Amino acid sequence: MFDLLGTTLLSRLLLGTAQYPSPAILADAVKASGTSVVTVSLRREMAGGRAGEQFWSLIRSLGVKILPNTAGCHSVKEAVTTAKMAREVFGTGWIKLEVIGNHDTLQPDVFGLVEAARILCEDGFTVFPYTTDDLVVAERLLEAGCKVLMPWCAPIGSALGPVNIMALRSMRGHFPGVPLIVDAGLGRPSHAVTVMELGFDAVLLNTAVAKAADPVGMARAFGKAVDAGREAFCSGMIEPRDVAVPSTPTIGRPIFS
Amino acid sequence: MKLTVNGEAHEVAATTLAELLAVLDYEGDWLATAVNSDLVHKAKRAEFQLSDGDRIEILSPMQGG
Repeated sequence: MFDLLGTTLLSRLLLGTAQYPSPAILADAVKASGTSVVTVSLRREMAGGRAGEQFWSLIRSLGVKILPNTAGCHSVKEAVTTAKMAREVFGTGWIKLEVIGNHDTLQPDVFGLVEAARILCEDGFTVFPYTTDDLVVAERLLEAGCKVLMPWCAPIGSALGPVNIMALRSMRGHFPGVPLIVDAGLGRPSHAVTVMELGFDAVLLNTAVAKAADPVGMARAFGKAVDAGREAFCSGMIEPRDVAVPSTPTIGRPIFS
Repeated sequence: MKLTVNGEAHEVAATTLAELLAVLDYEGDWLATAVNSDLVHKAKRAEFQLSDGDRIEILSPMQGG
């Protein structure tokens, strides 16, 4: 069980809903992962709304909490309007706020992100900002009213895993009371274990599961990895050493010479 | 009146946003609408008067990460 901003979740894994081979596999992957939260988006509907209706019906049948996103927005105005439209359609004040600033890396425009976050927080939204691992930006987002932070660990969809462990560790250390969710860049379950071992509260991922050869199996694997990393963090890991230390007691050992 | 709906040019007789949605067969609770980049709430569509040249966005739930 995981309390996220007053909402009890069964899992520390949040899962995206894009790029799956089929709606049925998406549904099975969500169930196998054990997640309680899925991200969804809003797009122009060109077929009279029917495709959107079918997708929305599928998502509602999964019985999970919805975290709408503003993916693809490149300006504050775009992101704010999309967030408001998402609140109306999905009936939730939760919003994964993305304001993209670079086409190649999909790196957030952190200046626009802070501005949009302030506008939406003042409007009553619970803003989940997709941000970098920069501490100063994190401070500004908290000042803007965010109660949770979602730093990337690598560019979206890159599957590189945590490329700057020091920055993530530093962020955890600087904001001990703030829920931190690693969003974007995870490629394999061991990456999830690593960030959870650092003390992050949860992970959000999509591509690594959706594009796996077996998305359902990979969703299950990530669910276990997140649990394992969290349990390890809570259990207190030993520090690495440069020298060998025998694990078997030397007292009472036989002497044969 | 000439409108741009989801990026495409349309010439319609509809005068309100609700009428436009009906004419273009966009109906349902899962749709969100914006005119000239500002949200128009579901409850306000019937009274929202369109103007020549307005840009209308009609969005619906979609897969996302």
